[in-house]
Amino acid sequence: MSVSSHDLTTEQITELVDLVKKVHGFDFSDYSRASLKRRIARVLMIKKLSFYDLKHNLVNNIGFFQDFLEEITVNVTEMFRDPSYYKALNNEVLSYLSTYQHIKIWSAGCSSGEEVYSLAILLDKMGLKDRAFIYGTDINTIVLKEARKGIFSLRNIKSYAENYQLCGFGGSLTDNFTTLYDAAAVHSELKANILFSVHNLVSDTVFNEFQLICCRNVFIYFETALQEKVLELFYNSLSPHGFLCLGSKETIRSDKFKKKFKAINQKENIYQKIGYW
Amino acid sequence: MDTGKNITQRWHTSEVLLCGGSAGAFKILLRFIKVLPADLNKAVVVVLHRKKNYVSDLENMFAQNSAMPVREINDKDKIRKNTIYLAPANYHTLIEKGGYFSLDVSDSLWYSKPAIDVTFESAADCYGNRCTAVLLSGANVDGAAGLLKLKLAGSLTVAQHPDDAEMPEMPQAAINLNAAEYVLTANEILDLVMS
Repeated sequence: MSVSSHDLTTEQITELVDLVKKVHGFDFSDYSRASLKRRIARVLMIKKLSFYDLKHNLVNNIGFFQDFLEEITVNVTEMFRDPSYYKALNNEVLSYLSTYQHIKIWSAGCSSGEEVYSLAILLDKMGLKDRAFIYGTDINTIVLKEARKGIFSLRNIKSYAENYQLCGFGGSLTDNFTTLYDAAAVHSELKANILFSVHNLVSDTVFNEFQLICCRNVFIYFETALQEKVLELFYNSLSPHGFLCLGSKETIRSDKFKKKFKAINQKENIYQKIGYW
Repeated sequence: MDTGKNITQRWHTSEVLLCGGSAGAFKILLRFIKVLPADLNKAVVVVLHRKKNYVSDLENMFAQNSAMPVREINDKDKIRKNTIYLAPANYHTLIEKGGYFSLDVSDSLWYSKPAIDVTFESAADCYGNRCTAVLLSGANVDGAAGLLKLKLAGSLTVAQHPDDAEMPEMPQAAINLNAAEYVLTANEILDLVMS
């Protein structure tokens, strides 16, 4: 079924955004509206709720909000999504960082952890695993719980394995997993230097200093003003010459931040922090 | 089929040309793109079902045959007239009220990402009756619901005649939903956009 959103008005979306902000402290006002509208229409359809019921539940049903948050944010992700990006990351970023004593990496908006484990597998391949630490953050506690488990369905692993083959790193993705029935668990030594934690890009601040920040396909849900706010946060979270990787269709548009980040790979939107302010 | 003045006028006053298609649509799109003039005075948005990880040269192939610049859409790109925009693979493309695109990686719809429905529905929200939308050959039902929404918003909606389409399912689904005001052959649609 197609998600039909024609019965939701712009005013209703604004009303709901205000309500969520007031009652739960989550601010979606600078999220891309067309996508947000589709997500809200989807919640109404899945939960079989009227708009009034949705508001009622958001105010009066204590457990409902986490559910709502999970449905409203897009948690579709893949391991080694965009093989050309992972090749560039390997050749242009990790080879540079391999001279460092410690490499701290932040995967911002990590959802169920697919990107974090992709990074861990790649670091392991390069012999950098023990010098690196990856922080995976998301606003959504339910997906973070999934991420910590590191268990994926075999069906998904099969499609991720195709991505991995296209990266040309050698070996097979499944070398990193123990499979049982229809599930695959990532090897525990790959999980040793990973921490998953809640962080809201809209409202939370700097929590560490990183050599690499990966935030891919998160900006697409943000309006440009919010993108700039988060770019400021990333700039302040990066060490000198630290790297920022955005999604393949996400570019830095603001003149202010074009001066602060050098595009080292324009096709894959890989940037490096330059200078001081 | 009434292909008289009404349809021509509405084509001329629309600000955006939306094209959706899947299997069998590429060749027709290429023919459209070859004849569209550089001063069309409309933005052209093309949503063609594409396979992820398949490095296709669609952008270049269209650009070499077009009088207008061709862009694969980046997130938050402003929609300008006299430009052809291509929906990228492995993303849904939405149109925002401020006249720009936003992308989305949520689940595939009709096994497709980009899905035509997603773009058409958001276009109906933003542009109302100011679009001309064309749904071409394809082997699934994506696009029909979106085309209906555009029609209800007052936009001009056209489906390729199923007998004329390499894969009839997609335009047929639109016809079944009563989403297409006009059912035309590829040649007739070509005549319309050149009128």
